[in-house]
Amino acid sequence: MTHRNAFPRKCWAVVVALVASHAALAGDDRRAPGVAPLPKYKQECTACHVAFPPGMLPADSWRRLLGNLPHHYGTDASLDTATANELAAWLAANAGTYKRVREAPPEDRITRSAWFIRKHDEVPSAVWKRPAVKSAANCAVCHTQADQGDFNEHTVRIPR
Amino acid sequence: MTQSNLLRHVGAALIACAMQPMAAHAATPADLQAAYGALSGTAAAPDRGQQLFTTPHGREWSCASCHGSVPTQPGKHASTGKPIAALAPAFNPERFVDAAKTEKWFRRNCNDVIGRECSAAEKADVIAWLRTFK
Repeated sequence: MTHRNAFPRKCWAVVVALVASHAALAGDDRRAPGVAPLPKYKQECTACHVAFPPGMLPADSWRRLLGNLPHHYGTDASLDTATANELAAWLAANAGTYKRVREAPPEDRITRSAWFIRKHDEVPSAVWKRPAVKSAANCAVCHTQADQGDFNEHTVRIPR
Repeated sequence: MTQSNLLRHVGAALIACAMQPMAAHAATPADLQAAYGALSGTAAAPDRGQQLFTTPHGREWSCASCHGSVPTQPGKHASTGKPIAALAPAFNPERFVDAAKTEKWFRRNCNDVIGRECSAAEKADVIAWLRTFK
């Protein structure tokens, strides 16, 4: 049948390239846009935990968190006023506006966001309790590139 | 202003003053211990530092909960699990070389572990103990 040959061979290459790039994009987490972290944000916050991408919480949540650092999820994370203000301004400017992030999660916890729970619904509850994992906030233990802001599921390695 | 508040403010001013000739990162653990010791007016005691560090103070955590009771080795944050580099300065040259950073972490961690800020004497004791590891 001649119509099969009507589609030029070189065009198939374009189709293959498009499909491949689309597959790569689909694997990306679009809630974690590649905003380069403010050096001071990285320096201060990664002393205790991974530098959570600012786009993972709405501005209201960041404002409450930065306004209450002496009582930060059970620990004193207090900062001098100048540093706290600098971080607050950067977080406000880079907070999540994507529709699923717009609403503040309970207790302003990323891990209680509906999208977070849905994204992790295939992870059995026993996995979260493993000593190596310890906390859902311990992103980097499974997301091996989390310190680079990369939460792509292809780089996930769940420890035994 | 209560007496303890007054002492705290004078203490903070003295620490800042003692450290002023040194730029950030230019202090040494010995300098910081000496500054806290001068503030407290008592000689630092490593064994008191060890006691403070390794025992809980009526709350969930001790210093060792995150830093480990052998501070020459890396610890692990008790709630987030994040690795924490060794605290003894001979095993980690970044420890106790910045007065502001040292003050910040004593403030936070003493609040978490003891429920109050540590005194200058307590800080000198802890640094003295950490400096015994070679």
